[in-house]
Amino acid sequence: MEFDFAEEQPKFLMLMYGLIAFVAVVGGLLLLLDVVPAWFARRREARLVAASASGAPLPRRPKQREGFFALFFLLPALLLLTIGLVVPAIRTVLLSLMDSNSTNWVGLHNYGWMFSDGAIVRVLINSLVWVILVPLMATAFGLIYAVLVDRVRFEAFAKSLIFLPMAISFVGASIIWKFVYAYRGDGQEQIGLLNQIVVSLGGEPKQWLLESPLNTLLLIVIMVWIQAGFAMVVLSAAIKAIPADIIEAARLDGVSPWQMFWQITMPSIRPALIVVVVTITIATLKVFDIVRTSTNGNYETSVIANEMYNQAFRYGENGQGSALAVFLFILVIPVVIYQIRNLRQQRKG
Amino acid sequence: MAVFTRPRQAFVIAGVLGLALSATACGTGNDKGSSNADSAECAAYDKYQGHDGKKVTIYSSIRDLEADRLDESWKTFEDCTGIDIDHEGSPEFEAQLPVRVDGGNAPDLAFIPQPGLLKRFVDAGKVKTVSADTKALAEQNFTPDWLKYSTVDGKLYGVPLGSNVKSFVWYSPKMFKEKGWTPPTTWDDLIKLSDTIAASGIKPWCAGIESGEATGWPATDWIEDLMLRTQTPEVYDQWTTHGIPFNDPRVAEAVDRAGQILKNEKYVNGGFGNVKSIATTAFGEAGLPITTGKCALHRQASFYANQWPEGTKVAEDGDVFAFYFPAVDPAKGKPVLGAGEFVTAFADRPEVQAVQTYLASGEYVNSRAKIGDWLSANNKLDINNVPNPVDKLSVQILQDPKTVFRFDGSDLMPAAVGAGTFWKGMVDWINGKDTASVLQGIESSWK
Amino acid sequence: MTTATPTVAVGTTRTDAPKTVAGRVRKRLNSRTATLVSIIIALFWTVPTFGLFISSFRPEDQIKTTGWWTFFTDPQFTLENYQQVLFGRSSSSGQLASYFINSLAITIPSVLFPIAFAALAAYALAWINFRGREWVYIAIFALQIVPLQMALVPLLKFFSTGVTVAGIQVLPAWDLVDEQKFAQVWFAHTCFALPFAVFLLHNFISQLPGDLMEAARVDGASHPKIFRTIVLPLITPALAALGIFQFLWVWNDLLVALIFAGGGDETAPLTVRLAEMAGTRGNEWQRLTAGAFVSIVVPLIVFLSLQRYFVRGLLAGSVKG
Repeated sequence: MEFDFAEEQPKFLMLMYGLIAFVAVVGGLLLLLDVVPAWFARRREARLVAASASGAPLPRRPKQREGFFALFFLLPALLLLTIGLVVPAIRTVLLSLMDSNSTNWVGLHNYGWMFSDGAIVRVLINSLVWVILVPLMATAFGLIYAVLVDRVRFEAFAKSLIFLPMAISFVGASIIWKFVYAYRGDGQEQIGLLNQIVVSLGGEPKQWLLESPLNTLLLIVIMVWIQAGFAMVVLSAAIKAIPADIIEAARLDGVSPWQMFWQITMPSIRPALIVVVVTITIATLKVFDIVRTSTNGNYETSVIANEMYNQAFRYGENGQGSALAVFLFILVIPVVIYQIRNLRQQRKG
Repeated sequence: MAVFTRPRQAFVIAGVLGLALSATACGTGNDKGSSNADSAECAAYDKYQGHDGKKVTIYSSIRDLEADRLDESWKTFEDCTGIDIDHEGSPEFEAQLPVRVDGGNAPDLAFIPQPGLLKRFVDAGKVKTVSADTKALAEQNFTPDWLKYSTVDGKLYGVPLGSNVKSFVWYSPKMFKEKGWTPPTTWDDLIKLSDTIAASGIKPWCAGIESGEATGWPATDWIEDLMLRTQTPEVYDQWTTHGIPFNDPRVAEAVDRAGQILKNEKYVNGGFGNVKSIATTAFGEAGLPITTGKCALHRQASFYANQWPEGTKVAEDGDVFAFYFPAVDPAKGKPVLGAGEFVTAFADRPEVQAVQTYLASGEYVNSRAKIGDWLSANNKLDINNVPNPVDKLSVQILQDPKTVFRFDGSDLMPAAVGAGTFWKGMVDWINGKDTASVLQGIESSWK
Repeated sequence: MTTATPTVAVGTTRTDAPKTVAGRVRKRLNSRTATLVSIIIALFWTVPTFGLFISSFRPEDQIKTTGWWTFFTDPQFTLENYQQVLFGRSSSSGQLASYFINSLAITIPSVLFPIAFAALAAYALAWINFRGREWVYIAIFALQIVPLQMALVPLLKFFSTGVTVAGIQVLPAWDLVDEQKFAQVWFAHTCFALPFAVFLLHNFISQLPGDLMEAARVDGASHPKIFRTIVLPLITPALAALGIFQFLWVWNDLLVALIFAGGGDETAPLTVRLAEMAGTRGNEWQRLTAGAFVSIVVPLIVFLSLQRYFVRGLLAGSVKG
């Protein structure tokens, strides 16, 4: 089959429409916001002129203007969020109180199931392990590497290599790690790197993904492998942004590298650090593909998002799947509270 | 296919987007709207006429090479009737079909391999009953054994399409000849043969149940086959419908019988390692050690014929072939485990019904079978149209009056069990958990 | 406004040499060790990917029976995997180039829309005073946790049946066919991307120097004007950074595309075709070794070409005026 450009033409047209729509919506919104206030301003001016001419009291500057602007700036985002996420979130909460076909109300039954079924409790514990270890390990690695790689030769190259895993799709990543954890029987040629290393050191090949809780840690390694690049890039940029004069002043004071790190670097990159930890925490809570492609949640490795997908889509248990999703909402509350505190501090400071 | 009309515009767009794509601008004038209904070749499709220019969408899990074959199989039908069949195969079929149906975006037809899933859609009121024409044709072409799986409350909601036979053991005829072994015909012979092979220094069996998110299913096939062999078909039916508990002693008996082979370190896992390696061996690769002489026996369905490396001769006198998985007591008949997919309609437009009827017809199954690697329980299927020897053997078995056919049990159970705890339970079982607690776990998940 | 841009002062003062010889040696040693260690870690990090890369050039039976490192002792080289991925065997699925174009057509608007909307929203949340803005921000932030899987069905319903309130059709169904379905994918990706995008951009925008804004306000500049002339130039690098992440996410997405675009070659992106290529029973996964590298090319180019901005992006955000 020859490649037929004619068939592709409508796609480019559609892409053009999309881009035109983009320019129209965003440009139009900005234009509107420019023109309308200008018109208001002119009217107020006219009224001011009229007022000063007639000697009447000057009209007060309208107060609700700020809110009006905010509304228009927020409108597209709020509209899309409502349709795409708020409605589904509410629906999920309602479904979690209903049975598997979403026809009868069952109260908190699905939540009872969640905490009484041994397999599911295991899933919840696994998720907890993930959400503690992944942000910690990925951020720590990213930070150490960012400090280490700062201003060495080949910096851009080294950073690109660390970032590389982020650019690989999960389909690709699952095969990559298959070539690491794969197992072949004793005495046979190994196709998994890890077992090859074990064998060449004189050990016996192991079935890495079968043994709990080691397997959960090995899956966490994959997630860290992917997310560390994100942490490293963001933190490295933050480190570079520390004003040079601060560093210089510290150096003149004779601060040791260790003190420099804790007293200068860490406080300076705190905002970036928070972004990284929060982002990775949320990504970890929602982690799904890694577990699904590596073990499909067998051998006690399942996590909430994976179990939720199974329950809601594969097993047709809408209620139980939704209850698991709601549990995710609950797990994120500490992060939200932390974020509120942060915001308050920031606004004060 | 859009006809190429404005080449300059297309190039301008490509230029704008900065894409350096070499474009072959050829106006293929293949307009799908007009049928050539009057040609002689189209006489067989007379009853499907009158839907020229209509489009029918089909959703299935069939992809790549096999999807090409599907497209080829109904090409003449499309040309003659002018119906445009738009097939889409998805790797996430089982999970995505419910999303699409619930989202109000159901395909016109779906090839559903799980009667359990089909029933779920029927219960939710989403599936259309088949038309009277289709029903009449289906009742002619299929045994009631098959139709009962797509019948809910006396109404027919789907027509069987492709089928496969699962009760097969693959082996190497070449190797058997060299060593003087013969394919066994009874269970005791099978065990005896296994012992002989084990004594010769080869681990006789190889198995693998890793299959991505469907990991575990090959082991459930073992259990189902042994349920059929150690129990009566009636007990099997009670088991799949939860008429008896999952941890019934009779189920345990079947599981332990499977364990006689699968959990026997002397027997498994040829070419891979110990018993536990079954859990991590991909099912597609599990039988391959047979070609290298590291394993002698591999129980897997007829479709495993597609898994052998290129150049492997699949024939009774070739590199690999399959024999019928022997019954424990041949006097009780010839239990056969199999599976297949059902053409299910989510729309009742006349052209959709026409396609559904066509897919149940003898014309279709023969057209598809000729292309290869496919068979059906449709009794209009002419065995001479089936090129592959294993598929031929399967058709013989399916059409054999002594055969007691039963559908893959895990596909009949509710998905939470059949595609959930049963699969996972078998993985745990292979991984060392004992039969009783595995069965207890599955039982408690079945509500 | 350029004068107000935080200075991009990277490593200019660092170049001055240490005063003593010992210091110079120590510094060079340190930087040598650091170079060495960081390169070693980077290589170590890349080993798994490298293994896949080697595998993508090995014949199928070799991939499935021996480790990729045997390539060095017994090199068997083939382009068969790439041949199959690029030129495919499946006629029903069409050309890979089609999917490539689909991926582009899906990705470009799916990156632009959320960034623009998020920038507007983040500006409002950071610099416009209105009641309850903290709560709006926190709510948007919290929406990050909604698993997109749970949003699939309601959003699909929104497209396919429209919105009905109390029996009255408020919004009609979209009824899109073929390539028009791209619009659904753009819409979905935009929705799903917004919480993170707002969170990230708010972080940058809120840290822009406050006196800058105040000065502009005193000069009588309106919010749209400040947004366009002051904020946008300052956060362009941050937008590029966000662009990379959104690009990677959309380009590598399979689930959203499968639901909202479908699997045909009129609309499905590269990932759908790659997943499909593994065959109905997943046994042809060796093709994915080559597929993974075909699909990685574009994201890598995007990352490398935007890397410069990326670094500056976070720089601008972290400096307090």
